[in-house]
Amino acid sequence: MPSLAGLFFWMNVKLENIKKLDVPGSLKLDCGKTISNFPLAYETYGKLNGNKDNAILVFHALTGDQFVTGTNPITKKEGWWVTAVGPGKAIDTDKYFVICANVIGGCMGSFGPKNINPDTKMPYGLDFPVITIRDMVRAQESLLEHLGIKKLLCATGGSMGGMQLLQFCATFPEKAFSAIPIACSSSHSAQNIALNELARQAIMADPVWDNGKYVSKNVQPKNGLAVARMVGHISYLSEKGMQEKFGRKLQEKADYEFSFNADFQVESYLRHQGYAFVERFDANSILYITRAMDYFDLSKQYKGGLVEAFKKQNTKFLVISFSSDWLYTTKENKDIVIALNASGADVSYSEIITDKGHDSFLLNEPEFLKTLKGFIDSMYEKFKNEKRI
Amino acid sequence: MKSLKMKKEFKVIAELLPNDTRVLDVGCGDGSLMNFLKKEKNIEVRGLELNQENVQQCIHKGLPVIQGNAETELHQFPDQSFDYVVLSQTLQAFYEPEEVLKNLLRIGKSVIVSIPNFGYWKVRIKLLIFGEMPVTKTLPNTWYNTPNLHMCTIKDLFKFCDEKNINIKKVIGVNEDSTSLIKKNNLEIKNLFSKLGIFLIG
Repeated sequence: MPSLAGLFFWMNVKLENIKKLDVPGSLKLDCGKTISNFPLAYETYGKLNGNKDNAILVFHALTGDQFVTGTNPITKKEGWWVTAVGPGKAIDTDKYFVICANVIGGCMGSFGPKNINPDTKMPYGLDFPVITIRDMVRAQESLLEHLGIKKLLCATGGSMGGMQLLQFCATFPEKAFSAIPIACSSSHSAQNIALNELARQAIMADPVWDNGKYVSKNVQPKNGLAVARMVGHISYLSEKGMQEKFGRKLQEKADYEFSFNADFQVESYLRHQGYAFVERFDANSILYITRAMDYFDLSKQYKGGLVEAFKKQNTKFLVISFSSDWLYTTKENKDIVIALNASGADVSYSEIITDKGHDSFLLNEPEFLKTLKGFIDSMYEKFKNEKRI
Repeated sequence: MKSLKMKKEFKVIAELLPNDTRVLDVGCGDGSLMNFLKKEKNIEVRGLELNQENVQQCIHKGLPVIQGNAETELHQFPDQSFDYVVLSQTLQAFYEPEEVLKNLLRIGKSVIVSIPNFGYWKVRIKLLIFGEMPVTKTLPNTWYNTPNLHMCTIKDLFKFCDEKNINIKKVIGVNEDSTSLIKKNNLEIKNLFSKLGIFLIG
């Protein structure tokens, strides 16, 4: 795979030029191991004002990265949340200072399984410690310190980003004035663990994966990784959305081919999404990040369960779910609202009616974006007033 | 006209509420009452509302609101978690008003319920003289498109509270520009001349 090796080389060169914080000191991980002086890659948009009261922290989802909007300098594609973040958008970068960090375990410059293990001088691969959502969040907290931000105007994130956000609010209850968890859950469901396991098994079944040692050979288990991505893409859509988008339409042909080529448009779509993904993502990172999601159960960390997790909250919450999301259902999102209510926290909740499934938070969903904007703008006014008093 | 009348009701409700309390507004609409209470009384308000557009309006105003159906989703609020729960002109629209009322009394230390009075003289005349379902300013819908399933009079709600051993603390009758205290001894006459009844119970 010379082209892929070339691409990896090019990506690694490029990754040298992105913003990185060398997190000082050490971080004790939930697994018991300690990491120290590790890199955390991040990006910022807009300007931090003099009062430092316009900062918004965005947590990215499983396959996201720190390049929220504009053009991703590595992939040359649009940022993953260009619909919501940017000048004049719902999260207006003319007004707010937006921060996003690549999660640890990721592959866009933060400390991950692709990094070189100083002991072996080889990429970590499966020697990389198993990380949790809490580890990710703790690592990112040091970025706020580095940027000199005592309290965020808002923190937000969808899917795994929402899970990081809930963890962030529980672990650092004083750090965010407001929070918007979107399409997420306070503990990963059996169905979601099963889907993640399917993705992992697909990667591990690819002989190129070779127990995670492929990195040093400059190859990528792309067939396995592509299947893993296809699983994801199915789960991000809804049954109705998929039927409307693809139906039984054939891919650039008049009739069946009576073969196993991609006859149907939906097949072609999955193959395209799957194989496009291998160009930008590391297979081992998928293993590590999905594991972190599966281990996430916020209620387990606190004796009194979820209500206890949110006990110290002064943060003002807005929970948003999407009616056709079957990955992180309205019910799961409402459970968060119920726990927040029971703990006496200030919480709003809105269910956006849409056919677009879990993906909705990344799409141009006017009702969703309006709600997002309305909340953040009103929170900014409140935050400014509170600071003045 | 409508907003003026609404304001009258809000004023009465606001007068019933002490400053600096915690209030849940069930069926809070676009948040007008919540905004009013917050500004006039420094009350910590929360809303529950079904309609997405209304929810959005509340959020834009910076008012905490939960999108949900009062009929099925009141269970999420813990016992006695609010000083007051307000239900403005919605009781008659529930499938099971008795269940809703029980829940409100569980959540709030006190409950304020307002109802459009079906015993109001104009309503009675519509039915008695014209033999038609009443359409008035407080009951603007016709029989086939009204959300109201369980219309009642001020007297009915009085009787209901008595039967269910619900403590009535205060009842106020509201008209165009006047309000009056309703007690057992003036119930018959007030039931005839009040457009709206506001009950403080619990």
